Amino acid sequence: MKLSTIADLLKGDRAIIKSFNGIDIPLKLIEMGCIEGNYVEVLQRAPLKDPIYLNISGTYLAIRIEVASKIIVEKL
Amino acid sequence: MSEIKVALIGNPNTGKTSLFNRLTGLNQKVGNYPGITVDKKVGHTKLNNIIGAEVIDLPGTYSLNASSLDEDVAVQVLSDKTNENYPDVVVVVVDIENLKRNLFLYSQVKDLGIPTILAINMVDQMTVRGIDIDKQEMEALLETKIAFVSSKQNKGISYLKKLIIDFKDLSVVPCFIEEPTVFSVLAKDDKKKHHLETVRRYQFIKSVLEKTYRQDPQNAKDLRSILDKVLIHKYFGYLIFFTILFSIFQALFSWSAFPMDYIDETFAGFSEMARAHLSEGVFTDLLAEGIIPGIGGVVIFIPQIAFLFLFTSVLEESGYMSRVVFLMDKIMRKFGLSGKSIVPLISGTACAIPAIMATRNIENWKERLITILVTPFTTCSARLPVYAIIISLIVPAEAKFMSFNVQGLMLMALYLLGFGMAIVSATILDKVLKLGSKSYFVVEMPNYKLPLFKNVAYNVIEKTKAFVFEAGKIILALSILLWVLASYGPGDNFNNAETIVSQNHPNHTEEELQTEISSYKLENSYIGIMGKTIEPVIRPLGYDWKIGIAVITSFAAREVFVGTLATIYSVGNEEESTIKERMRNEVFQDSKKPVYSFATGVSILLFYAFAMQCMSTIAIVKRETNGWKWPMIQMFVMSGFAYLTALIAFQILK
Repeated sequence: MKLSTIADLLKGDRAIIKSFNGIDIPLKLIEMGCIEGNYVEVLQRAPLKDPIYLNISGTYLAIRIEVASKIIVEKL
Repeated sequence: MSEIKVALIGNPNTGKTSLFNRLTGLNQKVGNYPGITVDKKVGHTKLNNIIGAEVIDLPGTYSLNASSLDEDVAVQVLSDKTNENYPDVVVVVVDIENLKRNLFLYSQVKDLGIPTILAINMVDQMTVRGIDIDKQEMEALLETKIAFVSSKQNKGISYLKKLIIDFKDLSVVPCFIEEPTVFSVLAKDDKKKHHLETVRRYQFIKSVLEKTYRQDPQNAKDLRSILDKVLIHKYFGYLIFFTILFSIFQALFSWSAFPMDYIDETFAGFSEMARAHLSEGVFTDLLAEGIIPGIGGVVIFIPQIAFLFLFTSVLEESGYMSRVVFLMDKIMRKFGLSGKSIVPLISGTACAIPAIMATRNIENWKERLITILVTPFTTCSARLPVYAIIISLIVPAEAKFMSFNVQGLMLMALYLLGFGMAIVSATILDKVLKLGSKSYFVVEMPNYKLPLFKNVAYNVIEKTKAFVFEAGKIILALSILLWVLASYGPGDNFNNAETIVSQNHPNHTEEELQTEISSYKLENSYIGIMGKTIEPVIRPLGYDWKIGIAVITSFAAREVFVGTLATIYSVGNEEESTIKERMRNEVFQDSKKPVYSFATGVSILLFYAFAMQCMSTIAIVKRETNGWKWPMIQMFVMSGFAYLTALIAFQILK
């Protein structure tokens, strides 16, 4: 089992969200479905590498690398 | 007829507004929630022959844990039984493609104990997406009634109305927990508790969906991924974005020219008609010289404003705007802004007021404050009247540069200038302001969709109407005031104008004498005296006292500039011709050189590009920043800078 963060994933990678510190993550992100056990897929990086465009269990959203680097995932 | 109070709530991009339009048609109006400037849309509909409904469209929100003022409105309305908008029944509008996240909001609303209906929208997509829902089971698990609707195809609306009529039969039992935690941005919050509750709600929804929702996952190569490949491509993305902007500005200038000329001539005709058919007197003068040109000064800009709102709402509705936010975030961050600032900056091209209100979804206070402070630099539609008329005076219509219309290019340059100033001042503010606040950025990327003609049309009509009536009130009032100030004056110089002029020019023909008298009168009227008083200050910018008058009056609102000149020049001269002709023939009294030379034109353009001349914007900034400090700083800095650049430009070019 190899753990990394969403920020480390490459375009097209899929992963399962394992853990993150709820205090550091905006509540809005949790409400949008960023919770343990949900899958995440990196759809694209913005042209300047940041932000990052994700599909989190069917919700399509963009977050910045800074936050993405705090979400621990297991790559599939 | 008795009326049921219905509140519509839902995530952004669920088609909530389309459903609202379907339910209420043209029977709606926009207002403000008491005490705050968030748009409040209320409409009325007939449910059957005896019962009607008042439908309130709450701002789009992802949850009841409000993180912005917009979302807070929904919380305030739904959690307070004494609120004047507290509904009898809530309709939660959700999107069939993203039930998991949408049901999160539903579960929170349902737990408040208000009768709640679940409206699943976009059901026309069900078969396409291979979705299957066990409606009965879902109704039982969520303790509610479900209406499948398609606001696009007008399906299921009558069933939804029926459910609203029978709202008393709905269960008010919470579906998840007895005591929901509802948070307002005003309340101090407990993040850990939120986090836990959020996760538990998701688990509950997951279990509901496992029992009731099936989807064939066979749509990987859908429209979204194809379009995203191109629209947010590292090169094409920007190329497309700038091409779109460029075409909009070209279109604005060329498409609206025809209706504008037509309106211009029509109003000149009205004035003439009033003069020809009404008996001579003060009222006729007021009508022909104050009121009609005043109204004309507002009406003439309807085409341009409507086109602008048309473009911005199509970009918004199609889902493209979120891609622009995505594309621009990193770049904007370099200047202390957020990708989300691009929306205020672009909608600022229509009007700074809604644009500044649109900063509410920027979570970080510093990024938001900077966006508020720099947005008035973007070229709003109120500047267009000034730009349009001055550009057409200093650049010939036939002029071409590489087959582009030079007038259009010049306008584009002014837009870029405004945008550039916004960026530069943002960078400075980012360095100067010492505000530590945590930044985060979560943007939903909605599915692409063809904008519904109806929604776009409502948007254009509503916003244009608001502009015309809001600006129109000020402009008309000022036009009348100006006419009075221009038609009366103190002392003998004004009252004995006829005698004085005829004595000084004994050899003039009757016609020459009349013209001379009118301009002598204007010079000695109250407004003439005011204009002359400030002349020493504005002369270095290349303005005469007449432009000075227009500058003074347009501090209230820029678009007043043209109306003021219209009033001044038509008061000064009886002959009928359109305002442009009159400006072209205007000469300085001492040097007899044309007033609207290239240098003066550029000076005016720059002054209007930078000066903070909009009372409504000042009022909104005061409201959004909670005090006079920021709007005052903004006004003095912007207007001081405007004066300086106009001065330098004129001195170099003259």
